[in-house]
Amino acid sequence: MSADDDNNLPGAHRAAAAGRLLKAPENYLDAQGIRTVVEEARHGRRDFMRRAFATAAAGTATVAAVGARAQSNPLPAEGGDPNILNLPAHTTGLGQGVATDGYGKPSKFEANVQRRPSPGLTQTQQSSVSFAPLQSLFGIVTPSGLHFERHHQGWWDVDPSKHRLMLNGSDPTLMKTPKVFTVDEIMRMPSVSRFHFIECGANSGMEWGNVAVPTVQYSHGMLSCSEFTGVPLKLLLDQCGVDYKKARFVLGEGADGSSMTRTVPMELIESGEVIVAYGQNGEMLRPENGYPLRLVVPGVQGVSWVKYLRRIEVGDKPWATKDEAVHYIDLMPDGTHRQYSSIQECKSVVTTPSGGQVLLDKGFYNISGLAWSGRGKVAKVDVSVDGGRNWRPARLQGPVMSKCLTRFNIDWVWDGKAAIVQSRATDETGYVQPSYRQLRAVRGTRSIYHNNAIQSWLVQESGEVKNVQLS
Amino acid sequence: MSSFRKSLLIAGLLAATGAQALAQGALSGLGRPATPKEIAAWDIDVRPDFKGLPAGSGTVAQGQDIWESKCASCHGIFGEANEVFTPLVGGTTADDVKTGRVARLTDPGFPGRTTLMKVATVSTLWDYINRAMPWNAPKSLKTDEVYAVTAFLLNLGGVVPDNYTLSDKNMADAQARLPNRNGMNLGHAMWPGKGLTTGKAPDVKAVACMKDCAAEPKVASLLPDFARNAHGNLAEQNRAVGAQVGVDTTAPAGSAPAKPVVVAAAPKAAGSGDGGAAQALLTQHSCTACHAADTKLVGPSFKDIAAKHGARADAQAYLAGKIKSGGVGVWGQIPMPPQALSAEDAKAIARWLSDGARK
Repeated sequence: MSADDDNNLPGAHRAAAAGRLLKAPENYLDAQGIRTVVEEARHGRRDFMRRAFATAAAGTATVAAVGARAQSNPLPAEGGDPNILNLPAHTTGLGQGVATDGYGKPSKFEANVQRRPSPGLTQTQQSSVSFAPLQSLFGIVTPSGLHFERHHQGWWDVDPSKHRLMLNGSDPTLMKTPKVFTVDEIMRMPSVSRFHFIECGANSGMEWGNVAVPTVQYSHGMLSCSEFTGVPLKLLLDQCGVDYKKARFVLGEGADGSSMTRTVPMELIESGEVIVAYGQNGEMLRPENGYPLRLVVPGVQGVSWVKYLRRIEVGDKPWATKDEAVHYIDLMPDGTHRQYSSIQECKSVVTTPSGGQVLLDKGFYNISGLAWSGRGKVAKVDVSVDGGRNWRPARLQGPVMSKCLTRFNIDWVWDGKAAIVQSRATDETGYVQPSYRQLRAVRGTRSIYHNNAIQSWLVQESGEVKNVQLS
Repeated sequence: MSSFRKSLLIAGLLAATGAQALAQGALSGLGRPATPKEIAAWDIDVRPDFKGLPAGSGTVAQGQDIWESKCASCHGIFGEANEVFTPLVGGTTADDVKTGRVARLTDPGFPGRTTLMKVATVSTLWDYINRAMPWNAPKSLKTDEVYAVTAFLLNLGGVVPDNYTLSDKNMADAQARLPNRNGMNLGHAMWPGKGLTTGKAPDVKAVACMKDCAAEPKVASLLPDFARNAHGNLAEQNRAVGAQVGVDTTAPAGSAPAKPVVVAAAPKAAGSGDGGAAQALLTQHSCTACHAADTKLVGPSFKDIAAKHGARADAQAYLAGKIKSGGVGVWGQIPMPPQALSAEDAKAIARWLSDGARK
């Protein structure tokens, strides 16, 4: 581990000069060459790869095209890249027609990018979770088909023409006129569209005690971000004559088998932030995400974002529902459980490079990641490549929005030595994302929920990146 | 006034009226009052002060019968099973019932936490059993049955005696004996509202040091090499083009840089081919809640059932009978409850199983 990686901050010009990606020399080696490279790389002699590559470039090897893979960018001996010199079929032929697929799909070369369950985490598929592939995503929006899933009793594709939303009071004095709305009616109302992150309260929960999973998909993938469209819940409650003085708590309830319930404070509804959403990223919500209605509770853990939302109740006390009295309670070192711990505090993670990936050569890399805070906007993200000794501020990609993912980027020239890459976010309230040591000093290691510690990725000399925790 | 100008004026008046209506919060023509009958059908929540709790009662003994037929298949005969969900019962003592604090929660060495070790409110148990249990047939229990099952669960945890009858009248007494009733902590600042939690500021305070910070000196935790491939081949879980590729975890650490590979998306089996009709029945009757195609869940996989019984001369009749009446002992000690489906559907599933459970 070198502590001086940061002594030479890479300016853009320097980075451009130093950076050269060497990704897949196998493309230009014959079978024997590949075996030799594999053998040498196993012994950690990275420089050998350059020589092997140079040999290939000198024209002693034949081209062995093997399916889809990362492209290297050599100058071949024959004076040009065959990918340039030999025009491919897609340049010389006729392509496919419009609307070949009425709902387009990602390229077949993107098939690795999938949401995935973590092996052994749950025993059934209906009460389970799948993780979003953060390591492969750009920007801040999660494609709807890759949005993480958490179902307690299986998902349904609910007929929107039969779905109803009811609003009532736990006491007749708290709401003058309990009402029923159809989805048609909700979609006729004045709407808002806003970008927000949703994070499961148990995201990174497997890592409280020690490293348990290999990649950012499993360590942080119960996190997604979408543009949600819907109606502020306040507007709906205003139609019903709510006694806002007494009714300080709101219950959301789902229409599925689990009929999930969660308590939300009226303050959040009054702020206008909580919406009854039907839209997600320009289309309707996906069935796995609560089609046709879900509650959007910005900054609060995902379990409160009730899917298949069928009912809103206002009351003068919280409900202590199963998911706020048995689960989603945080065990503290003194044996008590924190109840009603809803806010997702400021957190960040580097998504590339990240665990389970391989850097194939020294030189320039764009360290990129995500930062977010349940208390507002991200103010700053710092990145360290020496395990937290020195930090540099990263560039925040705008627009930076409240309770929304913020993409950050920072230049890095990897010198081929072991490095520990970390990110640390600060939100607009001044709260700084803590290290594991700082977090555990207060909350111990058994909380399961609300792990927002700084993530460390060890870049080994071999280029392989590992999930590690420091102490 | 020209008709054009008149229409402009009217449009202006309409716009003003619209704005006024919205300002008053009246979305004219949208929504209608909910009827008492509709509210009664959906408003089933029960609060810790027992608001919303319907009148009724059930005994521990009644609860035991219901438990063994409808709950034990997932939770175990004594609520102790860890096969499907985390255990409900265990880890509490008679002393905890006295103090209202589960002592073992302070012991970091104690493995796992059961529901009765955590829950501080009986209403939570009643409400959740009522709304969401049994897992594959939620809301099928009658009110008195929910009381009985709750009573049995409390009895398993030593909270109420064997001859106890739980009712809306005495739930507060049971509440006063819940082992972890004093175990909740509201001293934090993570509730986004007022008047519920007492913490004023975040509990963890870090500072953003930038230069020569006191770093944690060494790697303390990482995945052991034997777990390298535990999450599948990571080369197949990363995009094949870009600055980094996934590492080939089928090879030992320090091997060659991964060759990017693209795995063809797995074709969806359900609803296709010969098994389509059977798949629809399996979903319709929630068979898939406990059985999967190739892997053991609560019960054996369809493939294993086909392999074990498909060759019997009476395979179809035997399997249809097992589906209808349930059973225990053939595949282990987790019982399968009897299934309420038509004889015709049971036969169709049995036929599909005996034919090899093809997808």
